[in-house]
Amino acid sequence: MFLLIKFTLLYAVVLMLVALGGMFSERSGVINIALEGIMAIGGLAGVFVLALGGNLPAAVLVPVSILASAVAGIVYSLLLGFSAITLKADQTIGGTALNMLATAVAIVMVKAFNNASEAGNGAASAKLVYSNEAFIYKIGPFTINIFLIIGIVILIVSYLFLFKTKWGLRLRSCGEHPQAADSVGINVYQWRYIGVMISGALGGIGGFAYIVPSVTTWNFEVGVAGAGFLALAVMIFGQWKPFNIAGAAVFFAVFRSLANIADSTVLSNLGLSKNIYSMMPFIASMIILAFTSKNSRAPKAEGIPYDKGQR
Amino acid sequence: MENEYIIEMLNITKEFPGIRANDNITLQLRKGEIHALLGENGAGKSTLMSILFGLYQPTSGTIKKNGKEVHINTPNDANDLNIGMVHQHFKLVECFSVLDNIILGVEPTKGLFLEKEGARTKVLELSEKYGLKVEPDALISDITVGMQQRTEILKMLYRDNEVLIFDEPTAVLTPQEIEELMKIMKNLAREGKSILFITHKLNEIMEVADRCTILRKGKYIGTVNIAETTKEELSKMMVGRDVSFSVDKKPAEPKETVLKISHMTVPSKAHDNNAVKDVSFNVRAGEIVCIAGIDGNGQTEFVQGLTGLEKISGGTVSFLGQDITKASIREKSKMGMSHIPEDRHKHGLVLDYTLEQNMVLQRYWQPEFQQGGFIRSKAVREYASKLIEQYDVRSGQGTATIVRSMSGGNQQKAIIAREIDKNPELLVAVQPTRGLDVGAIEYIHSQLVAQRDKGKAVLLVSLELDEVMDVSDRILVMYEGEIVAQLNPKEITVEELGLYMAGAKRDKVPEEV
Repeated sequence: MFLLIKFTLLYAVVLMLVALGGMFSERSGVINIALEGIMAIGGLAGVFVLALGGNLPAAVLVPVSILASAVAGIVYSLLLGFSAITLKADQTIGGTALNMLATAVAIVMVKAFNNASEAGNGAASAKLVYSNEAFIYKIGPFTINIFLIIGIVILIVSYLFLFKTKWGLRLRSCGEHPQAADSVGINVYQWRYIGVMISGALGGIGGFAYIVPSVTTWNFEVGVAGAGFLALAVMIFGQWKPFNIAGAAVFFAVFRSLANIADSTVLSNLGLSKNIYSMMPFIASMIILAFTSKNSRAPKAEGIPYDKGQR
Repeated sequence: MENEYIIEMLNITKEFPGIRANDNITLQLRKGEIHALLGENGAGKSTLMSILFGLYQPTSGTIKKNGKEVHINTPNDANDLNIGMVHQHFKLVECFSVLDNIILGVEPTKGLFLEKEGARTKVLELSEKYGLKVEPDALISDITVGMQQRTEILKMLYRDNEVLIFDEPTAVLTPQEIEELMKIMKNLAREGKSILFITHKLNEIMEVADRCTILRKGKYIGTVNIAETTKEELSKMMVGRDVSFSVDKKPAEPKETVLKISHMTVPSKAHDNNAVKDVSFNVRAGEIVCIAGIDGNGQTEFVQGLTGLEKISGGTVSFLGQDITKASIREKSKMGMSHIPEDRHKHGLVLDYTLEQNMVLQRYWQPEFQQGGFIRSKAVREYASKLIEQYDVRSGQGTATIVRSMSGGNQQKAIIAREIDKNPELLVAVQPTRGLDVGAIEYIHSQLVAQRDKGKAVLLVSLELDEVMDVSDRILVMYEGEIVAQLNPKEITVEELGLYMAGAKRDKVPEEV
């Protein structure tokens, strides 16, 4: 049971961070299907910092690596912004392309890095090894990682930003009725870029948070193993609202965690294959979305490139 | 007085590729007046207002505010000059509250956060002062169109705008709401706001406007004082010729029954009750029967049941002696039923097809237009050209014009050409003049009468009282899905008709009407 809570929190924070990122993008009117790719790139940047700066003090290493993942996520998300906002391209296709590109970029970069450091025989793997001690705190019997705290802070800030500030009001208006926003002098393009960049930052941190706390070696050939898509489902299930997203993230995380604890707990007595537990979050998301997506209240103008000339 | 005019648009010319939308137009708006801008569809009214609101830049000409030349490059510049606009299609975020929509873009804040209390007080004050009743916390999606429009007006007032542009504000309103809007506009003018009122409805101009500027085909025709003019004069200036408001027609000579509807019942999509309840009547050759009623009393569902767009749940329909209750739309069309639909964009045209493709939508499969499964494009083009000429459908690129780019009046003319050229035994015309200007309305009415005089049956469904009274030979009033009266337009007054339409009065309708 204890183990279940531990893993649930671990995954819930990741899913929530990334889903919140997706929420900002979609609330501004841009469908962000590239979350998976953004996570991979953010994770890659953060892990690189860890691998290179392993002997820096934790007080420096932690913020720098998290910042690196956020910045990498932003930069990568700008590619989506450029294609979707400036070039008015189809957002789903653009996002899919970025997902495919991300894993490839990660593999190439990690292999090149490993080749160089191992004096290159050309057959290096796409694995990076690092230490994650700096991210984990022990308080009594609990171990919590720093991302849990970051996640809660970001959740609250997201809510306040979106619903209590004028910036939130403007961002949301761009995703609902960009012509209305434009007519009262709001720069729709600018706010959509801001929405996409926030999703890049949170997606990047989320990718890093997915990789680092649980293991000390990561094979970038798997990217982030579908966590980005799961986050999309969390976002929809959470109806584009911060606290609902947090709840949905916990719900999905429970399913995801079952796979991790399947071998070591009573569940192993059931004699089911571990693969069944691994499939559960995805099956759950299919079933849930099939039932809820009918009533879902997506931002009205999401996915539609805004064209000033069209009235 | 030096600055008699708050806004002057002097010698404005705007060219688009291939077309001069505004040609040397001058418009001067006095402080505190209601100034109507009148013109047919495509006369350049919207272009001129878009220039004033900063959406377009003029090719030449100057704009002055209070006598000083200004440059309006974006809507923000217009806002800064206190020029506000209620767009024809409201610019409101549906899932925001009324208050959020009003403050959007000029949000009051305290520290980092929104501070809505002050805004709420200001909105309520304005709402009180000008008689603009709104509920600040209601969502836009939950309120009536009238209240949405009041929200738009409050948006302008909240920004302290002095020049208020209303772009065809009455097109979406019910008669009661229109009356209220007229009052509001007079109120605003009395409080010193200057109003530009774009419309093609002459009655409204006569009621509220002080002066009126008329445009025709992009050119400036003149500015007149409303007190010194008449409706007839205005429409002559707008259309360029005399327009008769009454329809010229001989008495009807009805012959044999063409359409016989007995006990038709159609379920409603909006609620559990039936939208059309046990309706029976006949339409004879050589007469125009009009179904009158306030919008939403089952007319739409009735027509959809008749034409086959919707299934009926009870009763029978017989056409030329045959039972067509279960016939398909194409079968009905082949038998000689034509349909000018209520929503021309949804049911009348394929907007992204060319004009010629739209002209043969019901006939492309006939040997005349296809051979071995391939469309004979030359035959289609020739046929379409013939119709375009005969019915005077105007478009940019002739038969190859994408229909979406045509004006509403010409789209409607295209539908009418297609439907009438089939030489139908029965023409079902649903609100055929909706959103059209007087010239086009006159034309459509004359076509309906011509059909009748050829000995065909016409079933007209209309919400416009004038149209009902002028065009029809027999009026059936529909109220809550039932026929509540059969009336002779020559024997009743508009007021009486209104009572029937509102459900205040009903007759016993004979079984066979």
